[in-house]
Amino acid sequence: MKITGLSLGYGERLIVDSVDLEIRQGSLTVIVGPNGSGKSTLLRGMSRLLRPRAGTVHLDGVDIADVSSTDLARRLALLPQAPVTPQGLTVGDLVARGRFPHRAWYQRWSDADDDAVRRALTRVDLLDRSADQVSELSGGQRQRAWLAMVLAQDTDHLLLDEPTTYLDLAHAVEVMSLARDIAHESSRTVVGVLHDLTLAARFADHMVVLSAGQIVATGSPDEVVTSALLAEVFGLRAEVITVDGAPAVVPTRHR
Amino acid sequence: MPRASRNGSGRLLPRGVTLLALLVPVATIASLALGANALSPGELTHAVLRPDGQEGDVIVWSLRFPRTMLGLLVGAALGAAGVLMQGHTRNALAEPGLLGVSAGAAFAVVLSLRFAAVDTMLGMVAAAGIGAALAATAVYALARHSVHEGGPALVVAGAALTAFLGALTSAVVLLDAKTLDSYRFWAVGSLAERGQDTPAVIAPFVIVGLLLAAMNARSLDLLALGNDVAASMGLKVTRARLVGLAAVTLLTAASVAACGPIAFIGLLAGTLARALVGASWIRGVLVGALAGAVLLVGSDVIGRLVAGPGELQVGVVSGVLGAPLLIWVIRRRELIL
Repeated sequence: MKITGLSLGYGERLIVDSVDLEIRQGSLTVIVGPNGSGKSTLLRGMSRLLRPRAGTVHLDGVDIADVSSTDLARRLALLPQAPVTPQGLTVGDLVARGRFPHRAWYQRWSDADDDAVRRALTRVDLLDRSADQVSELSGGQRQRAWLAMVLAQDTDHLLLDEPTTYLDLAHAVEVMSLARDIAHESSRTVVGVLHDLTLAARFADHMVVLSAGQIVATGSPDEVVTSALLAEVFGLRAEVITVDGAPAVVPTRHR
Repeated sequence: MPRASRNGSGRLLPRGVTLLALLVPVATIASLALGANALSPGELTHAVLRPDGQEGDVIVWSLRFPRTMLGLLVGAALGAAGVLMQGHTRNALAEPGLLGVSAGAAFAVVLSLRFAAVDTMLGMVAAAGIGAALAATAVYALARHSVHEGGPALVVAGAALTAFLGALTSAVVLLDAKTLDSYRFWAVGSLAERGQDTPAVIAPFVIVGLLLAAMNARSLDLLALGNDVAASMGLKVTRARLVGLAAVTLLTAASVAACGPIAFIGLLAGTLARALVGASWIRGVLVGALAGAVLLVGSDVIGRLVAGPGELQVGVVSGVLGAPLLIWVIRRRELIL
């Protein structure tokens, strides 16, 4: 995925200011940044939910502005932040809705569709819960069910907007390690937006730091997450320690 | 091996849906046979299979058959429109009668009676269509910010529009005796004496409306997950909303032009459908249409029987029977939106 000179905004306000970014296949890239830095807006631009003011997004050499909605939905999936689950919807049916771009309105549910749904459910370990209602699941399971829906969409690119919102740490870890495994095992391009720096540093292969709509740092978690950057970008006094080979952010008590 | 997904059913209650499907022919036969002059099974069979101008044959073919067809068409239209509106607005109170769409159609019909001297059913359907489309667009625009969340602004805007258009309708009607006459006959909300060819005139509108509704239901399955999810799955959200608007407009216009505004059937059929099939909008539209048809024809038959030799209007019966049914349904299971 290649982003060139991308500028995005709402109304008069410019939120993302000519961003250039190349995202590698088969890896998990996590975008971090302070509140209001434009992380989610960037993700919306990457998925064409927001038309750019300027710039382009290319997937495997194809400009996303040039493809049909269905074609784009077969190449790229987006899981929005805290999506709403309709009452009465079962896990299997939620995941089945991920097959929408693969089926024209006159086509019946096929074995290929069923396979994709089954694979997605198996991948997130919810196959035995497919007949249960989504509303009966725990928060972590529910997020896994939504993840299965975008997996069933069977795309090479997967965007996750704050996938750990409202999850406790154990479930957040579970979702992030699932996201990383998915990127590695199937050589998909997975991009997530997170605000928890330690969680991001723990699971990301690459990190992108956004501040006021511009990229201020990119690289491996080791390279990016430093005391100097935290102070400059987040206004945070913190020590960065290394646990298990990945940086962890520990805020200091005295300002 | 069981399927990983049943493709769209939340909690289909097969018995409830089967019962509903069986009630369609039952209500149809009852509507052909029963009334001020009840026919025996023999007389009904004779009328249906070998009509030769006997009294029973005339009753069936010139009175009860058009009336029954009209009830099935209008009921199905109102039921499907109710389901569709509930889906698009995410509001359990949405139905043509409560959100101003029927009131818009009725006002346009009254204007056409008064100022354009429209006297054909086709002309009334056209007027009702324009009125319904404008009212639906207006209520959507008034409450745009709360529409997707099904917020209270939508219901308030719908109620305000209904009251406003109702008042304008009264004003036009009361100021002109001739319009008042045609209006009183048309607006009572009854299936009786609607003209032999009325079902044939509105049938194309209802059928196209139902087809659009069925196509739109697939989009609703995605829209229920939020606009962002729907758009990222490749759904053209604005187009899906417009198709929904077109379907609701056609269905409401056809039913209002033919029978006047009949409130409540859409709400009742919609709620029943959602309770029976859960989160699948495709089945919801189908079951809503079936439920609307059964409720309207059933109410009409009961109205003929309880007040003999006179008749109770179908709107009265559906209100009396429907309200307890609605309360029973929502007490048994939570509303699904």
